[in-house]
Amino acid sequence: MAPELVRGTLLILPLALLAGRLLPAWPPLARVPLSLLVGGLAALAIALWLPPGVVAYLVSFAIMASIYAVLALGLNIQWGYTGLFNIGIAGFFAIGAFTTALVTTTMPTGPIAAFTQQWFGLGAPFLVGVLAAGAVAGVVALLVGYPTLRLRGDYLAIATIGIAELIRLIFQNERWLANGPQPMHGIPQPLSCLVREPVCPWLPAPLQAFFGPLAPRDYTFIYLLVVTLFVVVIYLALERAIRSPWGRVLRAIREEEDSAAMSGKDVASFRMQAFVVGAVIMGIGGALYAHHMISIDFSHFDPLHATFLIWVMLMLGGSGNHRGAILGAFVIWAIWSGTPFVIDMLRPVLAAISPELPARGPYLRLLFIAVLLILILLYRPKGLLGEEKTVSLAAAPGRSGP
Amino acid sequence: MNQTVQSNLGPRPLERLKHLLGSREALLALIVLILAGLWLIAQAQGIPAQRLLSLTVRGVMLGGILALGAIGLSLIFGVLRFGNFAHGDLMTTGAYLALLFIALVPLGSPLAPFSFGYEFLLALVLAMPLVGLLGYGLDRLIFRRLRAQKSQSVIFAMAALGSAFLLRSLIYLFWGADFLFYYTGRARPAIELFAGIRVRPDQLFILGLVVVLVILVYLLLEKTKMGKAMRATADNPELARVSGINTEQVVLWTWLIGGALAGASGVMYGLDTQLRPEMGWFLLLPLFASVILGGIGNPYGALAGALVIAVAWQVSTAFLNPAYGPGIAFVVMIVVLLVRPQGLFGKA
Amino acid sequence: MLTVDSVTTGYGEMEVLRNVSLTVGEGEIVSIIGPNGAGKSTAMKVVFGLLKPWQGTIRFQGEEIGGLLPDQIVRKGMCYVPQVDNVFPSLTVEENLEMGAFVLSTPLKERKERVFALFPRLAERRRQRAGKMSGGERQMVAMGRALMLDPKLLLLDEPSAGLAPFLVDMIFERVTDINRMGVAILMVEQNARKSLAMAHRAYVLANGQNRIDGPGDTLLKDPEVGRLYLGG
Repeated sequence: MAPELVRGTLLILPLALLAGRLLPAWPPLARVPLSLLVGGLAALAIALWLPPGVVAYLVSFAIMASIYAVLALGLNIQWGYTGLFNIGIAGFFAIGAFTTALVTTTMPTGPIAAFTQQWFGLGAPFLVGVLAAGAVAGVVALLVGYPTLRLRGDYLAIATIGIAELIRLIFQNERWLANGPQPMHGIPQPLSCLVREPVCPWLPAPLQAFFGPLAPRDYTFIYLLVVTLFVVVIYLALERAIRSPWGRVLRAIREEEDSAAMSGKDVASFRMQAFVVGAVIMGIGGALYAHHMISIDFSHFDPLHATFLIWVMLMLGGSGNHRGAILGAFVIWAIWSGTPFVIDMLRPVLAAISPELPARGPYLRLLFIAVLLILILLYRPKGLLGEEKTVSLAAAPGRSGP
Repeated sequence: MNQTVQSNLGPRPLERLKHLLGSREALLALIVLILAGLWLIAQAQGIPAQRLLSLTVRGVMLGGILALGAIGLSLIFGVLRFGNFAHGDLMTTGAYLALLFIALVPLGSPLAPFSFGYEFLLALVLAMPLVGLLGYGLDRLIFRRLRAQKSQSVIFAMAALGSAFLLRSLIYLFWGADFLFYYTGRARPAIELFAGIRVRPDQLFILGLVVVLVILVYLLLEKTKMGKAMRATADNPELARVSGINTEQVVLWTWLIGGALAGASGVMYGLDTQLRPEMGWFLLLPLFASVILGGIGNPYGALAGALVIAVAWQVSTAFLNPAYGPGIAFVVMIVVLLVRPQGLFGKA
Repeated sequence: MLTVDSVTTGYGEMEVLRNVSLTVGEGEIVSIIGPNGAGKSTAMKVVFGLLKPWQGTIRFQGEEIGGLLPDQIVRKGMCYVPQVDNVFPSLTVEENLEMGAFVLSTPLKERKERVFALFPRLAERRRQRAGKMSGGERQMVAMGRALMLDPKLLLLDEPSAGLAPFLVDMIFERVTDINRMGVAILMVEQNARKSLAMAHRAYVLANGQNRIDGPGDTLLKDPEVGRLYLGG
């Protein structure tokens, strides 16, 4: 079977999901087969007619956007549903990435060991790494949250900036931990045997034959499926959680409604839970990032790329809305990845204004995104999709007079 | 609905301890303990006392620079009631504006014994009000509209964060990412003060300027009508309005003063170290730590807090990797938040 | 002097006052009494511009003031003493008074002396922080602040709230003194009996609407009023 067809097949699920979101809200019985059909046709069209380079770029784009979507979903639990202002996303992102790196790689041996150090290397499988990443991020959230969550939002914000900076500094300076400031290399990729010769021995023969034509550079298609599955699972889990009693309590806390059954201590406990859950998801996002990049170092987790961007994503898409988080991630990542092309085209114009300007093009991008966030806050704080309308419990008891 | 069963053992021991620890004296004692502890650790590592003393002096200098920023941040916190995350980048803007002005006028010879000439002083005097106006401009464009929409204070902080990146992107666009200096190739000899402590004349100038500015701020807040109105608005904005105080005017002056102080702080920091686009953001954590330690809304507390944070920072570089400097500020801040969140002089 | 004509207003979407009307004449003491939640404080706030009237008009000295902001109304000669949080705690007594006259650029010495003459206790404590003073002293500071502009009409929101009985009497004596100086007073009071005793006229509000009004001593003696609103 031609490699293009194999690649096309791998694209069906992500595209079907996309189609499903774009189609009107018909009953599932109609929507599911229709999405699959549309997705399948789109997948084949893309795989067969677009140049492979373009397809590969789009797949990479979709992977990064999905990873950011996971981070935005985590932030949504903290901010969108509980009103916690966490400016330290980068910290949890980094913790997740490095934890999975340490857990899934093996200790370097032989001549390489002279150049690279790490604290430990368990060589564990991908899923273990991801789970560990989430767990460690959750523990850190617990520690950071304890002194700060019961205080006003600005305090939490500055504390999270602090912890994120501290984490970044640690990974930068502590060589023994994760080879800082040098990158940690060789992070294994799940299911990478599918693109190698021979194809994963544990697969039944027909599947082995199916994946045969894939070359190592086609791995991104496999990873896109992996990441998409994570996004779907997390999305479904959060949707369920939000409609549960737990989710309703979170919403009530955010609205600061007085509820006779809730003491101050309970409120603090729920906020901690939301903070930790969000952090766990961010840790998972970090893990997905690490396995995508294969090599990571502290510089990937700076406040701009690993915190600010995600805030803009969530605020644009709609805080308090899971689909908004995913939408925002894709839109902002599209802008972020797309502007270099635009700036390249504008090169002569920029050079005319000032000779140094073209080299500083990336900062135009930053200016644009910063202005975008401010405009959103001023004119459309609810974002593109606004808050999710969920069926809530019976209305809170009527308030007393003014 | 269930009621939580009331324990009749009275407040739990942990809470009683916390109450005791939450007093101002206890926090002060804890801070002194931390500072002493840092000194002792350094001595245990074999660092000579003279080096420690010289680091402490350096800490006082840095504390002065930090204080200018922290005082402004505290004033904004008090009157406008949100954390201005753009404050660091206002400092950076001040530093770079001064660089611009220096480049625009003919270069003079250095005013002995300092390393700078008249053009630096001119640039400082021009940059300060400009940053003040910039801060006010941000308020008019952004924060005033958020006030009209009655947004939560977290939204203000988020808008400030966006403004921070906006200012920084402009600096990157105009000056690029390289380190820059006000003056290159000028000798910066140190002079000896006492006990073998060496400081640069520039640093003494910085300290002197800080003292002058702090005195001016004191006079403004205590002796002028606008200063009192600022304190009144920080106490109770609604009562201020009821008394006939024009709160928008108070907001204007708060930004002018806070911004001017931030600008001065940035210029001084640039003179003392170097200029880079991240310089203000780098100080954001120590700034907030100073304000929280001193007590939000209390500018004199912010001054004290800044000195403590800076000294702790500098002393810790004797035995810790200097890159972790802001980490010390973070630790102190967490201690404050755990023990007495309103800081040394804040309102309960 | 003050005419509130069929004003309807509230907070957010919740209506608190409906078609409320009242007047205050020159030099009068007018009291508003009624049960909790009747909207008495709201009536005061809408007069002073802290709330916008949804319907109806408010005229002060012939001028329409409904919708004006407090700092504009203050310049027209009306000052307001809120019930709670009515001093600037970190400012001294003297500074609190100065804030009352913020809109003026003239020297304030005479005005301060007048306030100190009315409240001698404050003169002794002029440099003390208002936040460290007792409830009664704070009430004096609050009223003193409002008098700095020589208002023609003074709005008092529950001036005796939270005060010990002998302080209540003292405060009411001061209110009478202020009135004798020519200042009209509009007063919301929980302590209905005492406020009716000193008021020239009074209005009873209940459920956000006018119920009864008339001269103070008439209402004081009215058995209906006594039963419903004056309590035991």
